[in-house]
This record gives sequence, structure tokens and C-alpha cells, in this order.
Amino acid sequence: MIRWLLVLGVVASTVVGDVLQSIEMKKVGEVEDFTASGLTRLARTLARRKLLILAIFFMAISFACFMILVSVADLSFAVPATAASLVAETILARILLQEHVSPRRWMGAALVASGVVLLAF
Amino acid sequence: MPDPRAALAQSPPEAAGHHRLRWKTYLFATVVVLSAVLGNTALAHGMKAVDAASPAQYVTAIFHPWVALGVGLLILWLLTRMTLLSWADLSFVMPITALDYVLTGVSGWLVLNEQLPPARWAGIALIVAGVALVGSTHPSSGRAR
Repeated sequence: MIRWLLVLGVVASTVVGDVLQSIEMKKVGEVEDFTASGLTRLARTLARRKLLILAIFFMAISFACFMILVSVADLSFAVPATAASLVAETILARILLQEHVSPRRWMGAALVASGVVLLAF
Repeated sequence: MPDPRAALAQSPPEAAGHHRLRWKTYLFATVVVLSAVLGNTALAHGMKAVDAASPAQYVTAIFHPWVALGVGLLILWLLTRMTLLSWADLSFVMPITALDYVLTGVSGWLVLNEQLPPARWAGIALIVAGVALVGSTHPSSGRAR
């Protein structure tokens, strides 16, 4: 039971963290200036993005849940759990982020997710 | 997908920008995957050496060289992944970065001489095929529309 709650914790916090991160980084726009002054300016912009800070908080929760999960369950149980977040994120990218997910991308994501599940055996 | 060279001949500036974005994406995706694999390996190696028992020991573990290296690499992972997400779709980045499972599995087989059961090889093959499929799509659907 506790294992499944931890899986839920990992998947939910990963999905929320990644979606928030994607939203905020799209607002920042394509990073093109990789000089020292450009990166300093970027760091200042990122530090002001509230949802980005929240995203990193969720990633930390996801990391903590995963660490506890691997301490109470086998890695072969824990790793395929991340396949669920991959599927959930692709669906949310389509619905929430309005990304154009082409059939080729759906198929690729499905192949990757089933491949990750197979890693458990 | 039309031949990129043909597109380059038709409209040079736009096709060149497309080409540049694709290589930038592959470069950043490579750094994201490598920093995840190396960072996790260094962190796991270091944490085993520290063998922390109390919460205070977890905090002081950060000063262990392997743990510090692992944390540094995972910070690099976070920053490069965020940069990648500034132009690439989440539905592009997520499947692509699953390559770290492949790299972890294959390096265990190569370096640690671990035996990989057939199902795990099949899983690795499926992930590689899926990543190739997703990687062949345009990284940013905003531009593709």
C-alpha cells in the first residue's frame, strides 16, 4: 500500500513540476545568449519566476519520494513507475500546454514508456 | 519529412534556423542525459561510501567528494534541462531524456559486467526506437505550426 502511495507521490510531483517548468521556460523564451552577461541576466529573470521556484520545489518532493520508494521497494518496481509520468506528461502537454503532438511523437512516447516498463524484468 | 538539403536550397534563412535549432537541441539533450547518468552514479557511489545513519550525517555527506560531484552534475542537469525546455516541447524532451535508462543499463553491462536479461534488452531496444521516432520530429511545435 505504502509503495503505491509513494509511486503516486513520485508521478504527481514529477508531472506538476515538469509542466510548471515548461510553462515558465516557454514564457522566458528561447535561450540564445550564452555569454557570461547573458547568463547572469537569465539567472535574474529565472529567480523572479514564482512558478519556476514552485516547480523546483515539486522536483525536490519527487526526488525525496523516489528515494524513500527505492528504500522500501525494489528498483525494478520503482523505475517502471516513472513510465506513468511520461505518459501523463505527454497527454498534459497536448491538453494544457497545447503542444502539437504528432502521431509520430505519440508512437515514440508509447514505445519509450513500454520500454521502461520492460526494464523491470 | 522533406530532405533538409532541399529545404535549405529553397529558403536559406528559415531552413538554416531550423537546422541550427535541431543541433542545439541534440547538444543540450546529450548534456542532460550524460549529466543525469554521471550525476546519479557519483551520488550513489558517494552515499554508499558515507553510509549515513542520522539526519546530521546526511547533511555533512555533501562534503564527501563523490556526493559533491554528484550534486554538481545534477545541478548542471537541472539547468541544461530548463534551458532545453525554453524552446523544446515537453512532449519532445520527456521521451528523449529517457535515454538515461538505456545508458545506465548498457554501462552496467559494459563496466560492471552485469548480466542483462533478454526482457531488459528488449526494453532498451524499444526506448531507443521510441527516442529515434520522437527525435525525428521538430523540437518545437510552436514553430512547426
